[in-house]
Amino acid sequence: MSAITYKPGKEPHPRETRRIFRNIDREGYDPSIKCFIKDGGYKTLKKVLAMEPADVINEVKKSGLRGRGGAGFPTGVKWTFIPKGNTKPVYLVCNCDESEPGTFKDRFIVHQDPHQLIEGMIIACYAVQAHYAVIYMREEFPEGARIMQTALKEAEAKGFLGSNILKSGFDLKIVLHRGAGAYICGEETGLINSIEGVRPYPRIKPPFFPAAIGLYGCPTIVNNVESLCQVRQVMMMGGEAYAAEGAQRSPGTRIIGVSGDVKRPGYYEIVSGSVTYGELLYEICGGPKVGRKFKAIIPGGASAKVMRCDEVLKGRNPDGSVRNMTIFDVPMDLDSIAQHGSMSGSGGVIVMDDTRSMPKMLNNLNRFFAWESCGQCSPCREGNPWMYKLSTRICNGQGSPEDVDLLKDVADNICGRTVCAFGEACSWPTQAFTTKFRDEFLALTKPINALKPHSPEAAEARKFLTRED
Amino acid sequence: MSENTNAIDAVTAVRPSPGEKYFPKFEVTPELTEKAKELIALYPEGKEQSAILPIIHHIQEEFGYVCPDAMPWIAEMCKSTPVHVAGIVTFYPGIHRMCPGKYHIRICRTIACAMAGSEELLPYICGKIGVDPAAMTDDEPMAVSPDGLWSIEAVECLANCGFGPNVMINDTLYSQVTRRKVDELIAEYKKK
Repeated sequence: MSAITYKPGKEPHPRETRRIFRNIDREGYDPSIKCFIKDGGYKTLKKVLAMEPADVINEVKKSGLRGRGGAGFPTGVKWTFIPKGNTKPVYLVCNCDESEPGTFKDRFIVHQDPHQLIEGMIIACYAVQAHYAVIYMREEFPEGARIMQTALKEAEAKGFLGSNILKSGFDLKIVLHRGAGAYICGEETGLINSIEGVRPYPRIKPPFFPAAIGLYGCPTIVNNVESLCQVRQVMMMGGEAYAAEGAQRSPGTRIIGVSGDVKRPGYYEIVSGSVTYGELLYEICGGPKVGRKFKAIIPGGASAKVMRCDEVLKGRNPDGSVRNMTIFDVPMDLDSIAQHGSMSGSGGVIVMDDTRSMPKMLNNLNRFFAWESCGQCSPCREGNPWMYKLSTRICNGQGSPEDVDLLKDVADNICGRTVCAFGEACSWPTQAFTTKFRDEFLALTKPINALKPHSPEAAEARKFLTRED
Repeated sequence: MSENTNAIDAVTAVRPSPGEKYFPKFEVTPELTEKAKELIALYPEGKEQSAILPIIHHIQEEFGYVCPDAMPWIAEMCKSTPVHVAGIVTFYPGIHRMCPGKYHIRICRTIACAMAGSEELLPYICGKIGVDPAAMTDDEPMAVSPDGLWSIEAVECLANCGFGPNVMINDTLYSQVTRRKVDELIAEYKKK
């Protein structure tokens, strides 16, 4: 195979390993099927269709592949949750509702290499014996939807989709379903409800996985775009070879999106665990902007807990002794950062330097969560606008020191009291920001503000409560 | 916004917009019915409801927004009820209940873009296209310019965080937008 050349200015960093993003920004590459087949596309599919579906699942299980949507659940294991002796149709849904702030990996796959995803989907459908699959794409990708629609038509014309795929007797129909700008549709049961044509409220658990009861009451597998592309990669490389690379408990490559205050923000595909946060930010991303210092990092999308750069973490040496380290020494895999109280989630790293005001950053996130709460559970529906109100008040210098504690208290009371993980997602940032940057919040407050009314209505009502003589 | 006190009336109230002159008025044509049937056929039998969202998208593309008259028609096509369709229309921020301008601008205001300066860019664009930023409320996040050519909306994450500030005009995304680029883009679109 000839060496791949990339567009000028878009070349990958030497520490990157481009697998899923192999064709992103590649010179002379377009999203057409011709280009993809010339590059060896759909060869893995031929190999897979000659195997037994159970063997495909075993291969993915052996690879130890973990979902890339944020939760990191083993993909192969998820597939085995389809009830035994099931007689209903099985559905596969590709979650392309990339809406976590800080995450921007799926965009490039659907815009520049859609056939990679389609091949991954056909393989996954074959493994779980699904004959109907849906790509749930967010509304903000109108261009992507058009590209994907064309790609689906091309694949059908070439016989990779439709009935009797490549004369294997396997039928599959893939439908593109577009969302309409709601963050909650990224939650798998909310997404299923959205496809069913009802308000996308997440469903009550259990069942914890829609693999038992999902779309139209039938077993449904929901996988992220990157996970499905990784499935193709696993079948290409073989499960054991895939498992041998990268961190032991989360093998393979990961796509990291870096945004915020670094010299070279962007997307980078690295072997899981091969790079630490320090190496990523200083070496690959070029370090902080001139004359500034890193202050805080959100390591896995907006809902992950923020990490202070000067925070001393306890790490373990290979011999078992404890050593002090910072976030910069933590390797980038799915589990390492979780030991320090945050999460690596979907791989969106948001970096903030010393010019940023942390209360303002939190206020922005609180507005996001207040706007995106679906309104099904009271703690989240009422708590998020409350948190937004409190953080706005603090940012405007109208808060009292008690407001900081109240803010954290509201967050504590949302967490774990909602139907879906949005409750955790919205309260973790507030909990982390208010504990780790408490001084900054307190510096904006004045004790006298506790006695002042906060709204014109309250000021009006006060007239009747106080005597002015 | 609305003077209606009844919640259902508020949903179905007509929201007049200067952008309407750039879009045809909603009417049920045989082509539209045909397209709706085509979309319904994509989903398994008996699951017509699933097509509500795709039909809404199609209507938005054709007519700019989902007007109150369209909801009962969608319900009829999808074997649902008008109130159910209204429930869906009011849920999603991506569905317009007011006609946008000929060029609809969406600017991302979430953390990464805000750090890159989108919050300062928003009033600048508003000034350029002649829109009062105060017209963007929680009830109707979109504001339309008096000439109906432009509309603007601050949205949450457009998923291109590394290259903020991100701005979408109709279906095209522009990243790393500066004031100068805004001037260029507005001039370019005005010529179209």
